[in-house]
Amino acid sequence: MKAGKFWAWVVFILGAAYFFIPLIATVEFSLRMRRGVYSFDAYKVVLGDSQFQTTFMYSVIVAIFTILLGVLIVVPTAYWIRLRLPQLRPVVEFITLLPLVIPAIVIVFGYIRMYGSNSPLPFLSNNVATNALLVIGYAALALPYMYRAVDTGLRTIDVRTLTEAAQILGAGWGTVVARVILPNVLIAVLSGAFLTFAIVIGEFTMASLLNRPAFGPYLQNLVANRAYEPAALSIIAFIITWGCMSLIQVLSRFAPKSANRPN
Amino acid sequence: MTDLTLPNQAIAGKTAPPGEARALRLPTQWLGVTPFFLFALMFLILPTLYLMLGAFQNDAGEFTLENIFALFQANILAAYWISIRVSLASSLIGAFAGLAIAIAIVRGGLPNWIRSATLTFSGVASNFAGVPLAFAFIATLGRLGLVTVLLNTLVGLNIYAHGFNLLSFWGLTITYVYFQIPLMVVIIVPAIDGLKKEWGEAAATLGATQAQYWRMVVIPVLWPSFLGTVILLFANAFGAIATAYALTGSSLNIVPILLYAQIRGDVLHNAHLGYAIAFGMIFITGLANIFYIWFRTRSERWLK
Repeated sequence: MKAGKFWAWVVFILGAAYFFIPLIATVEFSLRMRRGVYSFDAYKVVLGDSQFQTTFMYSVIVAIFTILLGVLIVVPTAYWIRLRLPQLRPVVEFITLLPLVIPAIVIVFGYIRMYGSNSPLPFLSNNVATNALLVIGYAALALPYMYRAVDTGLRTIDVRTLTEAAQILGAGWGTVVARVILPNVLIAVLSGAFLTFAIVIGEFTMASLLNRPAFGPYLQNLVANRAYEPAALSIIAFIITWGCMSLIQVLSRFAPKSANRPN
Repeated sequence: MTDLTLPNQAIAGKTAPPGEARALRLPTQWLGVTPFFLFALMFLILPTLYLMLGAFQNDAGEFTLENIFALFQANILAAYWISIRVSLASSLIGAFAGLAIAIAIVRGGLPNWIRSATLTFSGVASNFAGVPLAFAFIATLGRLGLVTVLLNTLVGLNIYAHGFNLLSFWGLTITYVYFQIPLMVVIIVPAIDGLKKEWGEAAATLGATQAQYWRMVVIPVLWPSFLGTVILLFANAFGAIATAYALTGSSLNIVPILLYAQIRGDVLHNAHLGYAIAFGMIFITGLANIFYIWFRTRSERWLK
């Protein structure tokens, strides 16, 4: 067992080196904007850039709408599958996994061809509709993660009893889902939400091909034209991702651990 | 959810005898999943099918295999080939390195905080892709990157003089591994956790050595989830574009970048050839998944 422990340390240290050196290099590079001394100039320039602020805000708003749409689609479906249509589970699971098989660039290519200005559903004909299409596309990309998170959450509560209890008290389906089921899986929904946020905030392919003024294309443009600012932005992006993941971690501590009645 | 206003009927249906009541109940049952299927159909399945069909049509809308044959021209074939190589290399390296790390933190007797810290970090790093990742590697292994410079000044090793280039197959692979390893760790740790202690004890009782225990128990049990994750990693790398685009611009011609350029500006001067490229991408990721299902049914048969 001793040798095993030795090798475990070796593997761990090698892995840590591989993962930390690029981060250290980026931090170091981001501090070098002023000649000869380390400074936070690059961060100041980036954060003060009005284009950074507008594109970042745009992506934050898109992320919020994506999360809302994802919740609206996934929670009732996962609930209904658990309660009434368990035979459909394999089909729904298969569909939710499709975005992992079909690359985002193919999905958005399909949108561009199907929903162009001359089509029956001209999503690309005006700005608002194109923004909506971007939100829809992101919701599709986040589908595997959102569904997985919500379904795991539903597994820990007794869906059937909760539903029946609510119905006996006179609740309709809308009330059952919104006021009984959703609060009970809120923590799972939130961890799906933060993961969605982390995916959406820097996404490049869809935003760029739909010509949206999002954070990802802005970053891409910056890398091509500047030296130190992209390093600062990479660190900021890493911190945002880190923040989302830590929140998920914290939330999972509040989540109920055991299933009342696993089904 | 206004379309689901028949709770009483649905509940009554549960106790009613099958047959007539079931036939009455079915439509309302399906209403509950209609929004989901509508969404999937409109924004996932139909757009993809549209491209698939377009790949087999010419401008006049007639059926043709010309677009598919056109994929076999040198530059497109080269793009597919380098994409497949990068995806395969990064998924295999990522899978084995990720497995090693997962085993080290779960079974290696390391302190507990290392396990949770590694898992949190993996969650972050598996989502750390695209432009920021590309830039992190430019700052590390680019011509003026930290490691490049340090190796040159400390050891006198100029990796660029020895043929290394970040904007190459290996450069892209090393960069992709950064999100592949953590993804493997995140997925495979629960599977390793699932290995029951009793199995190890049972094997030891029967006189198995550590090596035999691994070869005959651990590997067969982990094999399906390992293979499944490799396929997932492959698809993950195969469709990735932002990282490569930020890293190499268009100097390294991988398929997603070729398709990106085609969507943007019709660089191939043939819209249907673009559809064919998209078809080829799905064909390859789909094929990988079929292999996975085939492998898994085989290994499940052994597990029984």
